[in-house]
Amino acid sequence: MCGDDVRGAGGVRILGPATAGRGVLLGAHDHGGAAGDHAGHVHERGVIELEQRVLAKNDRLAERVRGVLLGKGILGLNLVSSPGSGKTSLLERTLRELDLRAAVLVGDLATDHDARRLQTTGAQAVQITTGNVCHLDAHMVLHGLERLDLGGLDVLFLENVGNLVCPASFDLGEDHRVVLTSVTEGEDKPTKYPTIFLGAELVLVTKTDLCEVLEVDTARIHAAVAEVAPAARVLDVSSRSGDGLAAWYEFVRAAAAAKRARSL
Amino acid sequence: MHELSIALQILRSAEDAALRAGTPRVLAVHLQLGRLAGVVRESLDFAWDVATEGTPLAGAALHIEDVEARGRCAQCGREVELPDWRSLRCPECATLVVELTAGRELAIRAIEVATEPG
Repeated sequence: MCGDDVRGAGGVRILGPATAGRGVLLGAHDHGGAAGDHAGHVHERGVIELEQRVLAKNDRLAERVRGVLLGKGILGLNLVSSPGSGKTSLLERTLRELDLRAAVLVGDLATDHDARRLQTTGAQAVQITTGNVCHLDAHMVLHGLERLDLGGLDVLFLENVGNLVCPASFDLGEDHRVVLTSVTEGEDKPTKYPTIFLGAELVLVTKTDLCEVLEVDTARIHAAVAEVAPAARVLDVSSRSGDGLAAWYEFVRAAAAAKRARSL
Repeated sequence: MHELSIALQILRSAEDAALRAGTPRVLAVHLQLGRLAGVVRESLDFAWDVATEGTPLAGAALHIEDVEARGRCAQCGREVELPDWRSLRCPECATLVVELTAGRELAIRAIEVATEPG
């Protein structure tokens, strides 16, 4: 839901009155009945044109996050996937091996298990517990930023709540969305959850060390990604064996360098 | 699953707009919903009733206008409709469409309010 169709909050103007349920703006279809008579007097219908994005507030906060990160030259990567596809394992190894200064904001419904796992690498990791909310939003990220020392950071990883549906709607102020899909999830995951893949800069096919035992051919996953996200790059990685991680690190380094250059 | 938070956002925006216009009574909200917005229409309908219950918007109708996915084909340059949005392939020349031009909308187009007759 983060397209370019941004419409300003828009001034309010009443285009009515339009009686008997016929909005002047939207008169092409019936709006279900007359405006109604209650409390002894008749109301008429007025139409207020808004043209306002539903998530306008989130988008404004996301712009603030973007501004903070740009000002400090920090690359923001939003990692999304189903639960259990290996986001935390990938980050654990990445934080140990990548020669950049990185921090993590990690979202889960409950517990600080992931932040504690990530802190063992020596990097800053702040847990955001969302309660029953199925995604991170820009407001949570903005507060998460307050709990991090941003000085000297190159990369901020936003480890989203494990969910392949809801995080797609929420811009967090990141530079790129990275979607993880593990080989254990089946080859047609991109076909079944296209919205999250759409708009991804990079797709990581994880747990490739299991390909043989599962008889999975990652080429079929690549093909499925291409159908729904033709512009996305796709990399095969295994956080266990380390296969493919060099290319992932190269992606992060190049994106971080581009961000630093933009902030100068 | 996030339809309830979407419904609550719509509720707040509609309430605000109505108050700014000097009328508290919202009769209907007109929403534009793209096929690729990641929001399920039926869930949103249900969430709307839940979200508005006990508020001044209780009973207000939520009219949802679906927006089909459209994109510009990288090969033939045409803007095409993508009825099967699980594959962003140009129906004309089968090339993968690189640029989406519609289908991710999630916007309140307008609200209908009760006004006192002049």
